[in-house]
Amino acid sequence: MAKAVTGRAGSLERHGLSDEQLVAILRNMLLQRQLDNRGFQLNRQGKIPFALGSEGHEAVQAGAAMAFVRGKDVLVPYYRDLGLVLGCGMTLLELLNSMFARAADRSGGRQFPNHYTNRELGMLSISSIIAAHVPHAVGVAYAFTYRGETDRVVLTSTGEGATSEGEWHESLNFAAVHQLPIVFMCENNSYAISTPQNYQMAVKNVADKAAGYGMPGVVCDGMDPLASYEAVKAAMDRARSGGGPTLVEAKCYRYLSHSTDDDDRTYRDRAAIEEARKNDPVPAFERLLLDAGVVDEAKIKQLRADVLRETNEATDTAEAFPFPAAADLYKNVYEGDHEPWQ
Amino acid sequence: MAVMNNVDAVRATLHDALKNDERTLIMGEDVGARGNVFLITKGFLEEFGPKRIIDTPLAEASIVGVAIGMAMEGLRPIAEIQFADFIYPAFNQIVGEAAKTRYRSNGDYTCPLVIRTPYGGGVRGALSHSVSIEALFYHVPGLKILAPSTPADIKGLLTAAIEDPDPVLFLEHKKTYRSVKGEVPEGRYVIPLGKADVKKPGNDVTVVSYGYNVHQALDAANRLQAEGLSIEVIDLRSIRPMDKGTILESVRKTRKLLIIHEDNKFGGIGAEISAMVAEEAFFDLDAPIRRLCGPDVPAMGYAAPLEEEFMISTERMANTMRELAQF
Repeated sequence: MAKAVTGRAGSLERHGLSDEQLVAILRNMLLQRQLDNRGFQLNRQGKIPFALGSEGHEAVQAGAAMAFVRGKDVLVPYYRDLGLVLGCGMTLLELLNSMFARAADRSGGRQFPNHYTNRELGMLSISSIIAAHVPHAVGVAYAFTYRGETDRVVLTSTGEGATSEGEWHESLNFAAVHQLPIVFMCENNSYAISTPQNYQMAVKNVADKAAGYGMPGVVCDGMDPLASYEAVKAAMDRARSGGGPTLVEAKCYRYLSHSTDDDDRTYRDRAAIEEARKNDPVPAFERLLLDAGVVDEAKIKQLRADVLRETNEATDTAEAFPFPAAADLYKNVYEGDHEPWQ
Repeated sequence: MAVMNNVDAVRATLHDALKNDERTLIMGEDVGARGNVFLITKGFLEEFGPKRIIDTPLAEASIVGVAIGMAMEGLRPIAEIQFADFIYPAFNQIVGEAAKTRYRSNGDYTCPLVIRTPYGGGVRGALSHSVSIEALFYHVPGLKILAPSTPADIKGLLTAAIEDPDPVLFLEHKKTYRSVKGEVPEGRYVIPLGKADVKKPGNDVTVVSYGYNVHQALDAANRLQAEGLSIEVIDLRSIRPMDKGTILESVRKTRKLLIIHEDNKFGGIGAEISAMVAEEAFFDLDAPIRRLCGPDVPAMGYAAPLEEEFMISTERMANTMRELAQF
């Protein structure tokens, strides 16, 4: 059985985090919530063709990002990792450029929203093929070991549906055989589009699967940013000190439909969401920081106002940027000029 | 110049790459202690160590997938798929990931990866140790596909593939491994990708082929020489990118085209060449384009007659060349 990391504590457990870091986590969570709304709004306004939300994933992502060492570690995220990439250094404007598919987007407007790339930040480009990025993360971890870069770790993430994929299994197996410095984080929100976990796997916890690869599996409360931070940080530290890979499962929830093209009313009971909303990580973490005196009401008000203003500014800026030119379709097929076969 | 067979040429080229570039490593099933099932990497584990010569778990998707990650992070992995027939589990990683890495990141990330694999029949490999896979991949922009037929071309093209900044599928025909010998230039030798080679010049018919079939086509063409027929044999070597110029130049000279490949005819490489020539040189042709290819069945059988029926005999090649020459 997988080991469980603390559930939500009634009182603040800092796990070594400063006030500033705690506020940064809250800010990240507020930003995620705002951006999620913005994506869906822009889609419903007909301004962008598609958006993906990560509402319900704010805590695990903001917490996990705090364990990532910028300039050293590499992140191989999946498509529902708005808060993770924000926490690891992507700017709001980059995210909006991606939503609007502008030329200024790093993929040049090619990729779906939430499929980022940022080599400078150590963020690998991913596709939408579920779990296809996980072996790449393992390859990066192998490269670290190969070059003797012993203080670098790879953090990669998936949903729980991805853990049914062969490539996910192969990746964990390979990483364990070579004891690579990598953390496999699973953001288990109970649904793969419409398919609930019990149709996805016969085990209760994704983390239980770790036993099959000979690596530790840890379950944490993904609705608690600090429990998530603690679990991911411990796994990253372990990897950094040569202890090998860890599978961390963060139990969270997906409040929204899978994407703007999905309608979860066709498969999910409203009552279930209402029930899960009681466990909403954003107000809960606000309350925790308020009670602990880390922030006051005025600070929270200001954070919320800042996040809205910054999101509005980034939205306006990105919207005003041009689309890529049609001729850009032919660029970067291969190195140099590509002569298309005609 | 040293004389060697195709296996030795692959081996020598890989050895040079490992010697010359520390970023280079080899990964695949049984490439370590066993030295690969054809003994291509024999002795490499002892010389270069287990970090650079990786006996992977038996899982093709991750052989390619992990190699992609290494390549994105700056290493120069050479991944081996033990037999081309086993490449199907890695299809997603090759087509969905490697081929699109540069494109989807708009050049932010690249994937300098070589995937080597032995393919082809005529060695009693039955249904799952004999297939040709090039047509399954040549539809995919972002990939490069090479299928050299001689030791010198193997050295020049495998070196180019390893140094190439994009993913390359490197196909080695099993039947040529030990049956084909030739001179190989000493020292550094690189052949640019995308260049076909006129293996035998001629005026009456153009034959375009690659892999083992090239050697049969040359045999057939030499036989027809005695009958006074002059056949030009082009070894494609590079399937993607494809050397349109050399094919068109030859067809405009001979005015007749025969395409030969072991892979199935339907949707094969020959269909693309044929369409290209029809589009660009239709009025230069004096005869319908002909194709000699593998039949439209799933694979060659284990029993000798089933394998022989699938493979294209040199006799059939000679007959078709004669028919075309006399058309």
